[in-house]
Amino acid sequence: MQWETVIGLEIHAQLSTQSKIFSASATTFGAEPNTQASLVDLGMPGTLPVLNEEAVRMACQFGLAIDADIAERNVFARKNYFYPDLPKGYQTSQMDHPIVGKGFLDITLEDGTVKRIGITRAHLEEDAGKSLHEDFHGMSGIDLNRAGTPLLEIVSEPDIRSAKEAVAYVKAIHALVRYLGICDGNMAEGSLRCDCNVSVRPKGQEAFGTRAEIKNVNSFRFIEKAINHEVQRQIELIEDGGKVVQETRLYDPNKDQTRSMRSKEEANDYRYFPCPDLLPVVIEQSFLDDLRSKLPELPPQKRERFESQFGLSTYDASVLSASRELADYFEAVEKTCGDAKLSANWVMGELSSLLNKEGLEIEQSPVSAEQLGGMILRIKDNTISGKIAKMVFEALAAGEGSSADEVIEKKGLKQVTDSGAIEKMLDEVLAANAEQVEQYRASDEAKRGKMFGFFVGQAMKASKGKANPGQVNELLKKKLEG
Amino acid sequence: MHQLTLAEIVRGLQDKQFSSEELTGALLARIADVDTRLNSFISVTGDLAIADAKAADARRAKGESDPLLGAPIAHKDLFCTEGVLTTCGSKILHNFKAPYDATVVAKLKEAGAVSLGKLNMDEFAMGSANESSHFGPVKNPWDTERVPGGSSGGSAAAVAARLIPAATGTDTGGSIRQPAALTNLTGIKPTYGRVSRWGMIAYASSLDQGGPMARTAEDCALLLGAMAGFDPKDSTSIDQPVDDYLAVLAQPLAGLRIGLPKEYFGAGLDPRIADKVMAVVEELKKLGATVKDISLPNLQHAIPAYYVIAPAEASSNLSRFDGVRFGYRCEDPKDLMDLYKRSRAEGFGDEVKRRIMVGTYALSAGYYDAYYLKAQKIRRLIKNDFVSAFEGVDVILGPTTPNLAWKLGEKGGDPVSAYLEDIYTITANLAGIPGLSMPAGFVDGLPVGVQLLGNYFQEGRLLNVAHQYQQVTDWHQQAPSGF
Repeated sequence: MQWETVIGLEIHAQLSTQSKIFSASATTFGAEPNTQASLVDLGMPGTLPVLNEEAVRMACQFGLAIDADIAERNVFARKNYFYPDLPKGYQTSQMDHPIVGKGFLDITLEDGTVKRIGITRAHLEEDAGKSLHEDFHGMSGIDLNRAGTPLLEIVSEPDIRSAKEAVAYVKAIHALVRYLGICDGNMAEGSLRCDCNVSVRPKGQEAFGTRAEIKNVNSFRFIEKAINHEVQRQIELIEDGGKVVQETRLYDPNKDQTRSMRSKEEANDYRYFPCPDLLPVVIEQSFLDDLRSKLPELPPQKRERFESQFGLSTYDASVLSASRELADYFEAVEKTCGDAKLSANWVMGELSSLLNKEGLEIEQSPVSAEQLGGMILRIKDNTISGKIAKMVFEALAAGEGSSADEVIEKKGLKQVTDSGAIEKMLDEVLAANAEQVEQYRASDEAKRGKMFGFFVGQAMKASKGKANPGQVNELLKKKLEG
Repeated sequence: MHQLTLAEIVRGLQDKQFSSEELTGALLARIADVDTRLNSFISVTGDLAIADAKAADARRAKGESDPLLGAPIAHKDLFCTEGVLTTCGSKILHNFKAPYDATVVAKLKEAGAVSLGKLNMDEFAMGSANESSHFGPVKNPWDTERVPGGSSGGSAAAVAARLIPAATGTDTGGSIRQPAALTNLTGIKPTYGRVSRWGMIAYASSLDQGGPMARTAEDCALLLGAMAGFDPKDSTSIDQPVDDYLAVLAQPLAGLRIGLPKEYFGAGLDPRIADKVMAVVEELKKLGATVKDISLPNLQHAIPAYYVIAPAEASSNLSRFDGVRFGYRCEDPKDLMDLYKRSRAEGFGDEVKRRIMVGTYALSAGYYDAYYLKAQKIRRLIKNDFVSAFEGVDVILGPTTPNLAWKLGEKGGDPVSAYLEDIYTITANLAGIPGLSMPAGFVDGLPVGVQLLGNYFQEGRLLNVAHQYQQVTDWHQQAPSGF
């Protein structure tokens, strides 16, 4: 049977506010346990929450960026359950009246097609603390530094059809919140976490299959692996005559497995009700208008502009606009050298593989945009060939010069364009390969074509790659024919 | 000296007739002597009080004259007091020293008041007899075999017995007004949002409101003036200037329009109380008030609505008492679930458990619409009743309670009959309007209270009416014999 995968994602994005959502404590990651926990965060009797306006502003920015309905009123509700790192015995969240309503996000798939993913809602809530199970001799420690950190929970429609699409969607959300500056997107520190709702159904069937929710997957790679694994598990289960049960599962990246955490029957009744300590939040139109006027250029607009302004392909434009930092880098390279296509090729090619290899972010690139742009300028004015440029690029990456010009100068990589010098070098090459020259001249047109490459190679080798390839071609042809 | 009202004490301190230290010392001695018969205090903070009194005297010597400088009071034991035991009348907080001051506590400190200690109360403010306290029941000074009302029963008994001139209380369904009525005091529950809830341990957040309890309307005005005001730490606090409550006391009552809701005089009301209430009406007429019959048709739904909303909120508010971070923790928990279950089972009393269960049920999946949501709709109807009533009258008048103070233990086995004692008071909490109870005479030697309800932020008007009434009557001056 042909199976279709149906995926919906819940992404928790930690908002990068200075203080917590309902208290004045700082939200810095990695502080000593319980040093960023105020009376409110500790759930002390008699304490009350006061909403952080910045968190509201950030949620609204996100809503505007996904073209969502933002209702005039949103309401905080209490989600009641007991857990040691949940100090009040309830999490202040939103239920019936979230701050951000229906919206959408367009994602670009690997084949360059654009797919629209519906976003059901996004709501504000507070994070819980952490339970620490090591170093306490059979007991548990509680760190409430994270308790009260503002989260935006972004819930997608079940519009996603594969693990790859899911990753593309999470990447697009990741890019968006970073473009907006509302979340640092640091998945290793838990600033962006993802719950994946996965089900399968026979191709063509309209009704959804029973879904399992995989909790807290915290990297792009794990999202893809966890979903693929879960899809396989469900298909095998059904094909073996079993049934998928609605449950919460955990992904174990070490074993590349998901395992059951709790079933639907064991799920809490959270007894949501409007939080009586917080009034409904009223969002005024003028507030939204003001935010809208200050929104930065977002990935879809940037992609379109890269296509129209620079003539890039949809795929190249999507890759380059995927993160604000990458887009800014590309634009800086283009500005320096004035050649968008070469800039795109270098940024997506040599630079990307260098960063991948070194595990660096674009902001940490050892080659600056100005250095790369300057180097491309030298390709354009024939100072160096593309091949030599790779050497220059490597030298720049290794910090062997502050600019391409300096590297070219220091290493003597300047391309030879003096016809006299090239002719002299070619004469030497042909003399050294007299036998091949004889063969060449005796051969027919087809064979000559193949052999010509040999001479070019020898010539470039002799010039240590510095001879202008165009001139080498032209002069070599003349001499061999002559 | 203990017979002085708060206003008289303020004047006496101003005129240097006595020092705060002398007065505080005298009252502390009286508490030590008398309170064994009442059990109105959970903690007496004598050393702290004497130190604060000395500091107040020193401030006065330097020429300072804050309104309550050196005046002795005490707090209901659900207002957090830094470094001082704050128990909420519960075993689960029997060892809890609050790490901070409630806004009300801080404001009264700032105004110069000297706190003598923390007053007994129904556990987590749940009750109308002060019998549910982990620290034992409080007795009514008018008859120590009877209840003082609740949940601010300790506040009521201590002030009625002249242990202190005034106290703070809180009122979620009548917990200031009902004990005031049963002990011959004046007490006012302000408009919801008028007094900060920061540091006031929550029972039902959307209904709780702190307020003063004293012997006269003037004393309530004095204390409320210092307690009230916007607090950025409480999101439900209202940013509106506080009226000068003392300044409006003297206003004549000519032209005052009083509404008498017929539903407040129906079956269930002790007819002897009805007579006393009507006598108050006659007195107010003499002072120039006009009287009109009105209707508050949704009164009958108030108790069921209240006993859904308040427990629902309480079930969530009391979740933080889990034995993990503060308060009572059971011995040798086997695992997490055992820690939770036994800490809460052993730490909470029966009435608190009953309301947690009721509230949990009302919020459960499948019941939420039928209970919680419906109760909220009734709440809206009750509010609308008042809004339309106040279009035609300035003040609504009726009995505070349907019955006189009952005997200790009398309603122990019948929680619902105790719930019915709140019938006349809980509507003000559901609607968020201010309500005041003042002495209206005696039946069989037991005090009767009359209740005045006002429109939003009309605390000044209620205090004015009560004060004018107290200028021409002396019910409020009667003291319980033996105290």
